[in-house]
Amino acid sequence: MEVIKTDVAIVGAGGAGLRAAIAVAEADPSIEIALISKVYPMRSHTCAAEGGAAGVIESDDSLEYHFNDTVQGGDWLTDQDAVELFVNTIPKELTQMEHWGCPWSRKENGDVAVRPFGGMKIMRTWFAADKTGFHMLHTLFQTSLQFPSIKRYDEFFSTDLMVDNGRCTGVTAIEMRSGQMRLFQAKAVILCTGGAGRIYPFTTNGAIKTGDGWGMAYRAGVPLKDMEFVQYHPTGLPGSGILLTEGCRGEGGILVNKDGYRYLQDYGMGPPDPWPRLKAMELGPRDRLSQAFWHEQKKGNTIPTQWGDVVHLDMRHLGEAKIDERLPLVRDLASSYVGTDPVTSLVPVRPVVHYMMGGIHTDIDAATPLPGLYAAGECACVSINGANRLGSNSLGELLVFGARAGRHAVEYVRSAPEPNAAALEKQGAEAQKRITDLFTRTDGTERVAVLRREMNDAMEEGCGIYRDANTTKMSCDKTTELRQRFKRINLEDKSNVYNTDLFQCLELGNMLDCAETIAQSAFQRQESRGSHQRLDFEARDDSKYLKHSMAAYNGDDPPKIDYLDVVITKSQPAERVYGGEQK
Amino acid sequence: MSTREITLKVLRYRPEVDSKPFFQTYEKVPCEEEWVVLDALNYIKDEIDRTLSFRWSCHMFVCGSCGMVINGEPKLSCKAFLRDYGKKITVEPLANFPIERDLVVVIDDFVEKLLSVKPWVIPKVKKSLDDGAYNQTPAQLKSFKQYSMCINCLLCYSACPQYGLDNSFVGPASLALAHRYNMDSRDVGRKAREDVVASAEGIWECSFVGACSQVCPKDVDPAGAIQQIKITSAIDYVMSMVPGGK
Repeated sequence: MEVIKTDVAIVGAGGAGLRAAIAVAEADPSIEIALISKVYPMRSHTCAAEGGAAGVIESDDSLEYHFNDTVQGGDWLTDQDAVELFVNTIPKELTQMEHWGCPWSRKENGDVAVRPFGGMKIMRTWFAADKTGFHMLHTLFQTSLQFPSIKRYDEFFSTDLMVDNGRCTGVTAIEMRSGQMRLFQAKAVILCTGGAGRIYPFTTNGAIKTGDGWGMAYRAGVPLKDMEFVQYHPTGLPGSGILLTEGCRGEGGILVNKDGYRYLQDYGMGPPDPWPRLKAMELGPRDRLSQAFWHEQKKGNTIPTQWGDVVHLDMRHLGEAKIDERLPLVRDLASSYVGTDPVTSLVPVRPVVHYMMGGIHTDIDAATPLPGLYAAGECACVSINGANRLGSNSLGELLVFGARAGRHAVEYVRSAPEPNAAALEKQGAEAQKRITDLFTRTDGTERVAVLRREMNDAMEEGCGIYRDANTTKMSCDKTTELRQRFKRINLEDKSNVYNTDLFQCLELGNMLDCAETIAQSAFQRQESRGSHQRLDFEARDDSKYLKHSMAAYNGDDPPKIDYLDVVITKSQPAERVYGGEQK
Repeated sequence: MSTREITLKVLRYRPEVDSKPFFQTYEKVPCEEEWVVLDALNYIKDEIDRTLSFRWSCHMFVCGSCGMVINGEPKLSCKAFLRDYGKKITVEPLANFPIERDLVVVIDDFVEKLLSVKPWVIPKVKKSLDDGAYNQTPAQLKSFKQYSMCINCLLCYSACPQYGLDNSFVGPASLALAHRYNMDSRDVGRKAREDVVASAEGIWECSFVGACSQVCPKDVDPAGAIQQIKITSAIDYVMSMVPGGK
């Protein structure tokens, strides 16, 4: 197998991966970087983020406010040292993006503009119309092109982490164009592979969001943390699951049920006026809004459509000029996909799986427990999001912790030993054999599309907005069964060049491993907190569960779930209160 | 839910077994009324033929992966609604690029062109982060914003007759991106980009057919960008002849 030697291998070239690569290149141009991705960087799913990135900039705002909003929004499952570092660093990172050319929307006087977002006490979301992630991704990609030490391996599908003598020493990846596996020998590896919304049937996530980094880290013995916390975004387009940004509500859009009633006032978010009002009504946090939809549906207050039940997002009062300036993509998407122009019509929306709060366990330096392995962005769980992420904290997270992963990897590789070539070769051969076996086996009976659909349905039914012991147990049993059946998966395309049957098969394997950790973590957490709502344990239970769930790989058996204390520095757990009369 | 059956005629090419590309027809593909062509292709992939390969991801016109030629026209397949087509739809890979496999094309040439125009901010002086953000008025932002909307989907390269004739031409998306940075108030890199942008393979090769702007799913208007660069470059040239000019 061809061996490619490098210093730092970065898997994933979205926002976090690119930011990490630039940080390494800026810290030390002599350090070689292999930036490996299964797609070209500009295809990465960061491009789909719409609303913006939060960072304190306004004079009436403070770092303490951003800290408090984030910790409260996460229902105190956040690690407060990580949150503090995050809120302190993000304004500088957003300024750095500005210097690199990110076309942030502006105020009349030429200053960067901010917009309100859910669960935030003060407006602090920097935005580039409603294509913030797209502009950040392209700005980072284009900026990265000027650094010669960043060598890209576009369309290389990573399969396994190499681990020798307790250190991560590289990664194997298939060159998609040729079907040939390469061994990247590296002193450090940074995983920036994003989320895994495709585990669910109805998601805002693109096809590529299949938890590949999660799967690789998990199988290499790194725990996956807080996997039961799955964010449903309250406003997805029915049918396609396409995201309509929280910015719709930040700009003044309202949610109404079948009677035209702003139902959020019945769920602790009211009173409805004055509007818009921060941390109230439609600007409440995503978990609460999605849960309110569920209750409205039970009460029969939603509107049935051919794509399932919906409520209505009303933006008509914003007027055409504002919608075109601030929400042009939303107008395009709603008009094209559901035939409703937000300027003149109510737009049907429903909650949709959007973001994974959980992920690869890291410390505040983005280091995992496996020396030499780092993780940043949605694939990581550094625990700034806790049980519910606030909108516009994830674009910031990928910058802050992407850069941090890069810088700490640089420190690490300066003293890391040269990887042991013989051990690498052996592990590379094992990774190769797993692929070769897929091609040569003749007893395959299971189909990718079938297993994927069964997984999707089991997760939506068992680990949705509300869960209980029975539903989560069903998801546990089903994912365990599917992992067994996956061993008999039948690769129908045996060719080498750009074999998407193979890649979908590998993606499914990663998703099944991760889905089982979601189900098991959800089954075992007997309380309700943030996005994890148990109908059989309705209250938050700090005495037992002010802890992170840690899912450890256990071969063919379900993961072992252990618990780790949450880091609390200055904010003691309290009741989450939204709404009220405050302005 | 209303459904329709369509026939998809798809250009196939698997370099390991096919000596040349050929059309494969998938008959009676059951589709839902609101589907896009990409959904139909995914149905085929999942239920009929696991060997069909194509790129896609976001399904919301922003990742730029799923450009294809649909009934002769370059389109994002996630934005090609079945309701706008008849019962027979022909799908081919983007034109003007080598076929890697099926609907997947080799885009190395574009990636090199993109790099060649230095698409990053070249500041007059590097500003410290402690000095905060640049001031940029909405009007200054507007002067380049349109050209920053390119998703690199390459429909414009597929439509460009000049790139089809001679792929040394830098091409629409890359030139539009150069213009995006040239027009940004934070950038002074126009001179640094000029050897590529205003070279024989740059703007002067464009014959201003405007096909690029017609097919652009993001209204970037590369043809307009190229025209604007031509004007500024011509002025530069004249000024360089004037004593005391630059």
